[in-house]
Amino acid sequence: MTEPAPRVGLFVTCLVDLMRPSVGFAAVKLLEQAGCRVEVPMNQTCCGQPAYNSGARAETMAIANQTIAAFEGFDYVVAPSGSCAGMIREHYPRLFAADPAWSARAEALAAKTFELVGFLVDERGMAGVEERLSARATYHDSCSSLREMKIHAQPRALLASVEGLELVELADGEACCGFGGTFCVKYPDVSTSMVDSKLDDVAQTGADLLLAGDMGCLLNMAGRLKRQGSPIRVRHVAEVLAGMTDGPAIGDADG
Amino acid sequence: MERTTRAFKENSRAAVNDAHLQQALSNMRKGFIDKRGKAVGKLPEFEALRDEGRDIKAHVLENLDFYLEEFEARVVEQGGQVHWCQTGAEARETILAICREAGAKTVTKGKSMTGEEIDINPFLEANGIEPIETDLGEYIIQLAGEPPSHIIAPAIHKTQDDVADLFVKHHARYGKTERLDEVRALVDEARQILRQKFIDADVGITGANFLVAETGSTVIVTNEGNGDLTQTLPRTHIVTASIEKIVPTLEDTTTLLRLLARSATGQEFSTYTTFSTGPKRPDDLDGPDAFHVVILDNGRSAALGGEFHDMLRCIRCSACLNHCPVYRAIGGHAYGWVYSGPMGAVYTPLLLGIEEAGHLPNASSFCGRCEAVCPMRIPLPKMMRHWREREFEGRYSAPAVRRNLGLWAWLVRHPALYNRVTGLAARALRLLAGRRGRLSRLPLAGGWTASRDLPAPEGRTFKAQWRAGGRPGNRR
Repeated sequence: MTEPAPRVGLFVTCLVDLMRPSVGFAAVKLLEQAGCRVEVPMNQTCCGQPAYNSGARAETMAIANQTIAAFEGFDYVVAPSGSCAGMIREHYPRLFAADPAWSARAEALAAKTFELVGFLVDERGMAGVEERLSARATYHDSCSSLREMKIHAQPRALLASVEGLELVELADGEACCGFGGTFCVKYPDVSTSMVDSKLDDVAQTGADLLLAGDMGCLLNMAGRLKRQGSPIRVRHVAEVLAGMTDGPAIGDADG
Repeated sequence: MERTTRAFKENSRAAVNDAHLQQALSNMRKGFIDKRGKAVGKLPEFEALRDEGRDIKAHVLENLDFYLEEFEARVVEQGGQVHWCQTGAEARETILAICREAGAKTVTKGKSMTGEEIDINPFLEANGIEPIETDLGEYIIQLAGEPPSHIIAPAIHKTQDDVADLFVKHHARYGKTERLDEVRALVDEARQILRQKFIDADVGITGANFLVAETGSTVIVTNEGNGDLTQTLPRTHIVTASIEKIVPTLEDTTTLLRLLARSATGQEFSTYTTFSTGPKRPDDLDGPDAFHVVILDNGRSAALGGEFHDMLRCIRCSACLNHCPVYRAIGGHAYGWVYSGPMGAVYTPLLLGIEEAGHLPNASSFCGRCEAVCPMRIPLPKMMRHWREREFEGRYSAPAVRRNLGLWAWLVRHPALYNRVTGLAARALRLLAGRRGRLSRLPLAGGWTASRDLPAPEGRTFKAQWRAGGRPGNRR
């Protein structure tokens, strides 16, 4: 007897929803391949990080209440982002630590919330994908994925199964790309210097494809690369793993 | 030192565009990150040691009054004196009084962040006493008339060429007129000049990495041995330290020393680790006749038990600075006061107030690398967020920012409207970008588009497509 397919609520994330829906569809495809039933609650919006990181605690709690209510009925909550998953998993319980009514609900949601690639490998036992892509790629670990969600080996393991894909490691891979949410527009000079350091390392790898698991980092790095006129393509790791790389890469022209 | 914390934005813009500074900072990865990584990699129990270190300091902070009194009792038993100072001004006056009593004209100094915090050098100079920094980095920036830009590598913003220029300019009066182009030769020249200063000094002032309660000892670590000459040769030794430097036992001290050197410079142990316990005893071969410890509070005790309590575990190793991408981009001076990097972003508002230093805890991408390397496991990003909350609740942040955030937060809590607005925004941005796939300019988005293009949305939001029945391979 096989276990029934778990019901997964896809936390699309506001950036994927608005900027790059392909990533959402890639996530759905991968989750279905991993034997999940995927649903997308329409009353989800944002995890609340912009408010949280701006010190607006009351606003953040109100947003978190909404997210908890929208997702607590699922077996799992999965986001194609270490940052948003980390917000729900690490920070929601802290927000409500002193609130007996919401604390248990926040804890329960946190315990079943995962970053997409980590979920596929660690929870669903996915060992590889059957896709091919001819590219020399490098993978940027987003800070939240790496440090909050402990995602490091999982994307590398799945990418290693993509036929024709060569993966080259970045020097000082633990360094931030300079996105940081509102940070990048509040302190653009510092942020730009940080992304330039990261892109110097990307250039050193000789990669023609830059991958990451978080839309924020991807928009930041792609935006800077395109401004510099770089031909390096930038994609979310889910697009490659789902074999959905026909459309233009992030920030690239159609066709 | 001049305080420019309010001008952080202007400071940081100047710093990222300063090619010379960028060149000086470019060695940080090799000089600090790689070395710490190797040292930590060679010590399997490093993570357990971090837990131990955190617990030692946490215990101290819970019992700070007890250990401070124990420390004082041990110092006094051995013929030394402890001076308790609430403020920087009190500490300066205390130090000046001791120097006057010693009839001091020349004071040698070991590296001390407390000394920087209380601005002791200009004060001594104004009172006719010449302070001479003896740590090579501190000596260099003293010649340059600048504050330190890093808590353990104060002259990290200087290149070898800068140092050669400074020495030519300032060493002429000692008859040294040749411009030196080798590191070895520069170090030798500084050593020769400082040697005479050590001998001439009436008072030596050092900082303290630790104050050991059970023995009344003060501990410093250096790699140059300058601290030993500073505190052993003059008649009077003054130690400046802040209240949280206390450690219960020698055993605890060794635990922290093992963490400190690895976290700071990637050394297993610093070259010199020096314990000073009271003045010279009758059968000691050398040492000062008088031993004073000036212990500074300066607002720290008010942080005990509050949101920033854990910050007082800091042992000033600089690992957080060394691994901080913001510090790497702008260096220490841009932070505008004595402490920089992540520890400064939490510490400075504690000492100067959030109104004065609000930029510092905001100028972080919350990448979390500081917390990941902090030997004391101080949750630095969490505390920066606490400052942002204080700032937001205290209405110190800009009204426009607060208004926009309020509007956005309201919209986010109305999903049906949110879905319509984001649907429109996605289409509008797509139209604006055309087939180019990105936008180079966008009204109100200058913070982004000044240096980056904005990749265009694909056109319809994910939720709109999903609701219309769109699925992978069958997009709507």
